[in-house]
Amino acid sequence: MKLASKDLLGMKDLSAEEIRYILYQAEIMKQILVQGAKKTPHLQGKTVVTLFYENSTRTRMSFELASKYMSANAANITASGSSVAKGETLIDTAQTIDAMGTDVIVIRHSMSGAPHLIAKHVKAAVVNAGDGMNEHPTQAFLDMLTMKENKGQIEDLRVAIIGDVAHSRVARSNIHALRKLGADVVLGGPATLMPKDIELMDVKAYNNVDRAIDGADVVMCLRLQKERQQSGLLPSMREYSKFFGLDEKRLALAKPDAIVMHPGPVNRGIELCTGVLDLDRAVVNDQVTNGVAVRMAVLNILAKRSNA
Amino acid sequence: MEILIKGGRVIDPASGLDTVCDVQIVDGVIAKVGDNLPADGATVIDATGKIVAPGLVDMHCHLREPGQEYKEDIKSGTLAAARGGFTSVACMPNTSPVLDNAALISFVKNRAKEVGSVNVWPIGAISKGLAGEQLAEIGDMRAAGAVAISDDGKPVSSPELMRRALEYSDMFDTLVISHCEELSLANGYMNEGAVATRLGLKGIPKAAEEVQIARDIILAGELGKRIHIAHVSTSGGVDIIRQAKKAGIRVTAETCPHYFSLTDEAVDGFNTNAKMNPPLRNSEDVAAVIGGLADGTLDAIATDHAPHHVDEKNVEFAAAANGIIGLETALGLAITYLVKPGHMSLSDLISVMSAKPAAILGIKRGTLQAGQAADVVIFDADEAYTVDVSSFASKSKNSPYDGWELYGKVCCTIVDGKIVAGK
Repeated sequence: MKLASKDLLGMKDLSAEEIRYILYQAEIMKQILVQGAKKTPHLQGKTVVTLFYENSTRTRMSFELASKYMSANAANITASGSSVAKGETLIDTAQTIDAMGTDVIVIRHSMSGAPHLIAKHVKAAVVNAGDGMNEHPTQAFLDMLTMKENKGQIEDLRVAIIGDVAHSRVARSNIHALRKLGADVVLGGPATLMPKDIELMDVKAYNNVDRAIDGADVVMCLRLQKERQQSGLLPSMREYSKFFGLDEKRLALAKPDAIVMHPGPVNRGIELCTGVLDLDRAVVNDQVTNGVAVRMAVLNILAKRSNA
Repeated sequence: MEILIKGGRVIDPASGLDTVCDVQIVDGVIAKVGDNLPADGATVIDATGKIVAPGLVDMHCHLREPGQEYKEDIKSGTLAAARGGFTSVACMPNTSPVLDNAALISFVKNRAKEVGSVNVWPIGAISKGLAGEQLAEIGDMRAAGAVAISDDGKPVSSPELMRRALEYSDMFDTLVISHCEELSLANGYMNEGAVATRLGLKGIPKAAEEVQIARDIILAGELGKRIHIAHVSTSGGVDIIRQAKKAGIRVTAETCPHYFSLTDEAVDGFNTNAKMNPPLRNSEDVAAVIGGLADGTLDAIATDHAPHHVDEKNVEFAAAANGIIGLETALGLAITYLVKPGHMSLSDLISVMSAKPAAILGIKRGTLQAGQAADVVIFDADEAYTVDVSSFASKSKNSPYDGWELYGKVCCTIVDGKIVAGK
């Protein structure tokens, strides 16, 4: 099957069928990952450029390894080490990369909508690797792949997403995708970090996280940035952890076999206590592995499409 | 030089006139309005089936000169005004340098006389450099021709400075126009709510505008001075102004066409031509703004014409400049979204786009009474046309209305008895 768009900008734009297709392709790529020799010819002769305007370790490395495992030419650009620092506009930078014969541009940017802007101005496929507070679609794919591996299916799962929903592109992408595949999404977090009218995205939202976690199959904690305290949205990390952090007692409200997820990097003792992280059903490292599989699938689908 | 406008439906709210007749212009002045006036060698304009009204008055626009001529200048901005049916525009002082002294007010007036198509009425700054600290030389600017003062684009954050501005400007009978925005609440990029949440854009709550509208009304009320609220966009803002008027406070207010014709849904797809300050709101706000215009709570429609270069809009949404152009779409939007659905009569619309803003600014414009300056607009309220931004006179093209079908095509604009647009 072919995706409707040349780009992957967000889960918002994908149909349920497209999401299932990409997940299925990721499951195939996972087989390659777990075998000994991690090299395939899938993207031989294709070029993937990662353009990162924000710091990232795991997402960027994950895209880079995915490209290399599939034999693509891979190059990285960071905002500080390029013409970006000389004041070039985003569109000009993207068109320069495009003109060098790039098949896929993977972009991370602190401003929502930045990938959408360049997608309109380049021939290459654009993958959103996180834009502001908007979306992080490959994260949602790796989260769903992890849920599917552990729970067998996405449909009818009760997924609790806990923490700083307001500033979270991970939450938004997961909400869009999970609702499309028929999971129930329940949000929990402080009122100052819960975006307005979020219920209109067809989810439930509680400030009492116990209610959000109650009966959950999946508990996903979001990363809390330290600047939320500095900007006055929270009185202290200590108080956050007391009322909104996931410890063993709070986790006991979820189903006994509920899995615990986190997009990383974890602030131990704030969003998640170490005791919970050490449980077998805390699947944070599975998420990281699946991230590579998902990105292999996405790059493969989009780079091949640009042949047409 | 004589012009005879024949057979149009002449609507002059200031004199309560709404009838089919002729308008005779002699030496830049309305000579006579009546039936079967003789042509006598005058240039005859056949206005049969069209509306003949006092030229529109925009009490809030940005002409960008001096300093930002790459966005707009007095020549292009006033030509855009003329094409849109405006015969008078009041321009805001957030130029570079800021219009905060008499010399710069004179510069704008003189430049408008040299290159302008319509009357330009400069608005001076409230504070020096728009810095919100010290009062600008308000008396001096008034004497040089400033019609009002405003720090538009920025709020006057200090309540004390606003109070002083109200007291001081009143000595010179100078209107204070307030851009209401509590900055500590306004650190977002679009209206707060479902669309902002869906797009992952930081929202600006309506309260950011409303708390300062309330503050300024309280300040003006206590002193018994006049205040004018710029670009009202929220239902709550309309309510506060309505209550203040009932209480006898001397407040007037304007809104803009985008606040009754668009909601924040227009931002979808990160459309930077739907980014302005205050931001586009919800459908309840649109209904309240229309209600406020219909019941007289809102006294005027202003464009807040804010030209920006394409390079300032073709960037990330958060980085894009605030504002849209409006001079060439205002009348069409007002007729299409206010008159056609029956919210306002044509006469009331002309009043809020001409007579009332002229009266608020204290300029002798906005009427077709004999002896007044011959500022006239002729338009076809029933002719539909498609907005084509590429054909605009404005140097900038930042409009969300490209391709829209509107009613109310301007046929001819006359300023001081001279045809400046159309025929």
